[in-house]
Amino acid sequence: MQQLWLIPALPLAGFLVNGIFGRRLSKAIINTIAIGSVLLSFAWALKTVLALGETRFSEHYFNWIVAGGFTVGFDFAVDRLTAVMLLVVTGVGSLIHIYSIGYMEHDGGYARFFAYLNLFMFFMLTLVLAANYLVLFVGWEGVGLCSYLLIGFWFHKKSATNAGNKAFIVNRIGDYGFSLAMLMIVVQFGTLDFSTVFGVAASKPDAILTTIALLLLVGACGKSAQFPLYVWLPDAMEGPTPVSALIHAATMVTAGVYVIARSFPIYIHAPSALDLVAFIGLFTAFFAATIGLAQNDIKKVFAYSTVSQLGYMFLGLGAGAFSSGIYHLMTHAFFKALLFLGAGSVIHALSGEQDMRNMGGLRKKIPVTFWTLMCAAVAISGVPFTSGFFSKDAILVAAYHHAPWMYWAGTFTAGLTAFYVFRAMFLTFFGEYRGHEHPHESPRVITIPLMALAALSLAGGYIRIPVWLEKFFPAAEAPEEFSLVAISVAAGLIGIALAWLMYIAKPALADSVASRFGALYRLVYNKYFVDEIYDAVVVKPLVAGSRVVLWRGVDAGLIDGAVNGVGSQSQGLGGWLKLFQSGNIRSYATWVVFGSVVLVVALSLIGAAR
Amino acid sequence: MTGVPLAWYLILSAVLFALGLAGFLFRKSIITIFMSIELMLNAVNLTFIAFSYQLKQVNGHIFAFFVMVVAAAEAAVGLAIILTVFKNRATLNVDEVDSMKY
Repeated sequence: MQQLWLIPALPLAGFLVNGIFGRRLSKAIINTIAIGSVLLSFAWALKTVLALGETRFSEHYFNWIVAGGFTVGFDFAVDRLTAVMLLVVTGVGSLIHIYSIGYMEHDGGYARFFAYLNLFMFFMLTLVLAANYLVLFVGWEGVGLCSYLLIGFWFHKKSATNAGNKAFIVNRIGDYGFSLAMLMIVVQFGTLDFSTVFGVAASKPDAILTTIALLLLVGACGKSAQFPLYVWLPDAMEGPTPVSALIHAATMVTAGVYVIARSFPIYIHAPSALDLVAFIGLFTAFFAATIGLAQNDIKKVFAYSTVSQLGYMFLGLGAGAFSSGIYHLMTHAFFKALLFLGAGSVIHALSGEQDMRNMGGLRKKIPVTFWTLMCAAVAISGVPFTSGFFSKDAILVAAYHHAPWMYWAGTFTAGLTAFYVFRAMFLTFFGEYRGHEHPHESPRVITIPLMALAALSLAGGYIRIPVWLEKFFPAAEAPEEFSLVAISVAAGLIGIALAWLMYIAKPALADSVASRFGALYRLVYNKYFVDEIYDAVVVKPLVAGSRVVLWRGVDAGLIDGAVNGVGSQSQGLGGWLKLFQSGNIRSYATWVVFGSVVLVVALSLIGAAR
Repeated sequence: MTGVPLAWYLILSAVLFALGLAGFLFRKSIITIFMSIELMLNAVNLTFIAFSYQLKQVNGHIFAFFVMVVAAAEAAVGLAIILTVFKNRATLNVDEVDSMKY
C-alpha cells in the first residue's frame, strides 16, 4: 500500500480546519495549515512517484456503489500519466499557495480563500488519482464547484458573481456530455473501472467507441474551455489572480486534456473523434489567439492565451501524440501560471490596475517581476531551449505528420502567440509610464514563487515527458525534423519582432494598422461577438421561453390552475351540499325515507335483472 | 295452513308501517314521531313473526326479539333526550329544534 489517499486527504484536512475555524485563527496559523498541507501532499506525491515503475499502483478503499452486478469502488491509482499530473498540481499548487500569502494579504476573506484553495486541491487530486470514471467525475464536479466559488470570491461585485454563474452553467453543458459518456460506458462495458474498460475497449464496435469518445470530448470542451464552450474562461478572470493562475491556467482547465489522454485506448479506436479533437484544438488555438491580439486587460490577454494553448494540447492529442499534449500541459502549467502570477504582481504593484493602456515603463520599477515574466514570455513564444519550445514543437511536428495544413496553421498561431504576449510585455514594461499609481516591487513572498516558476519555465522542457510516457501511450511516429522546428521557431521570432516594431520602434504603427483594418479590428476587439451571439441565440430565447411558457404557461397556468381549481371546485360543491344539513329533523326524515325507497327499488331492479 | 293466510298478516303489517311512516314524516310533536317509529318497528316485527311461522323457522322469532331489545333501548335513550329537550326549550315541536345545522 502506498497510502495514496493521503495525497488528497491532506488538503481536505486543511480545508476543514481553515473552513471551520479560519475566522478565529491568526494569519500565521492559516498559512501554516493551508500551505503545509499542500506541501506535505506534494512531498507524499513525490515519494509515490519516485517509487513508481512501469506498472501502476492501485488501491481499493471501499465499495461505493453496489447494484446487482455493477460495482463502483472508491479506488485510487497512480501510473505514469497520473504521476505527471500529481506533481504539476501539487508543485505548481504549492507555489501559488505561497504566492497567495502576499497577494491576498489585505483581503478580508483570507481564511475563506485558503479554505477554497485547499478544497480545490483536494478535488483536483481526487480527479487525477481516480481509478474509475465515477471517482474522476467527483473530482471533476468538485473542481467545477471550487472554480465557481473562487471566481465569485469577491461576491459583492456583480460582475464576479455573474462570471461564476457563467462558468458553472457553461460547464453544465460539458458535464452533461460527460455523464452521458459514463452512462454509455456502464451500458456497454458494465463497469467504470479504467483498467477493465480499456482492457476490452478494442473488442467493441467502433461506432460505440466513437460515440463515447465524442461525448467525452463534449465534457472536455466544457472543462478545458474549447470552442464553442470556451466563453466562461475569459470571464473567470474576475476571480483573484492566484485563482486564475492555479485553476484557470495551470490545473483545472487541463482536466479535459487529462481525461482525453487517460481515455486514449477508446480514442485510438475512434479516429474520427480524434480528428475532431485535433480540429477543435487547432481552431480554438487560432481563434483565441486572434482575440488575444486586441485585448487591453492584461489578464484577458493571458486568459485568451490559455484558451489558445489548451487548443494546442488538444491538437497534440488529436494528432495521436498524447505524450506531447501532456508535455505541453506541464510546460504550460509552468509558464502560464507564471504569466498570471506575474500579471498579478504587476496588478498588485499598481494597486489593482489591470488595463495595459495605463501601464508602461515598469521595467525599471519592478525589475524582478519584469525578468521573471520575460522568462514566461519567451517560453510561451517557443524561443529555443525554453520549455515551451520543446513541447510546442513536439505538438507541431506531430501535427505535421497528421496533416501538414494543421502544422502550418499551428505555426501561424505560434506567431500570433508570440506577438500578443510580447505586445503585452512591451505595453506593460517598456515605453513611458502612463498611469498615476506609484509602482512598488512586490514582497519576497510573491517574487520567490515567481523565480521558481521562471526557472521551471526556462528549464522545464528538460523534464522529458515523452520519454517518461514512452511505453504508456502508443508510439506516435514523429521524427524530429529540423526544418519544421526551424520554421515554427522563426514564426515565434517574427511575432516578437513585429510586436517590437509596432509597440516600441514605431508606436504609431499599431494605431494605424488598427484603423486601416477597422472592421476586422473591431470584430477581434469585441471577441467576434460570440458572447452577444450566444446571448441572442441561447440565453434570450431560454429566458423568454422560461418566462412565457414555463412560468406563465405551465407554472401559473397549468399547475397553479389545477391546484386552485380543485380547491375552488370543492368549495362550490361543499357550499351546495351544506344546504342539506338544515337542522330540520323532518327534512332529514324525508331524506331517510327517500333514500331507503331508492335503495329498495334499486335492489329489486337488480334482483329482477338477475 | 289453517286459519289466517299469510297475505293478511303482510297487508296488516304494511298498513301499520305506512301509518307509522306517515306519522314519522308529518307529525310535529317529538313524542308522536317517537311513537310512529315504534309503530314501524312493530310492523316489521309482525312481518318477521308471520314469515317465521309460515316457513317453520325460528330465525324470525329471534330477529323480533332483537328488534324489541333495540326498541326498548331506544325508548330509554329517546325519552331521556325528549325530557332534556323539553327542559331546555319548553317545546316539543321538531321544527323548532333545528340548531344543529351548518
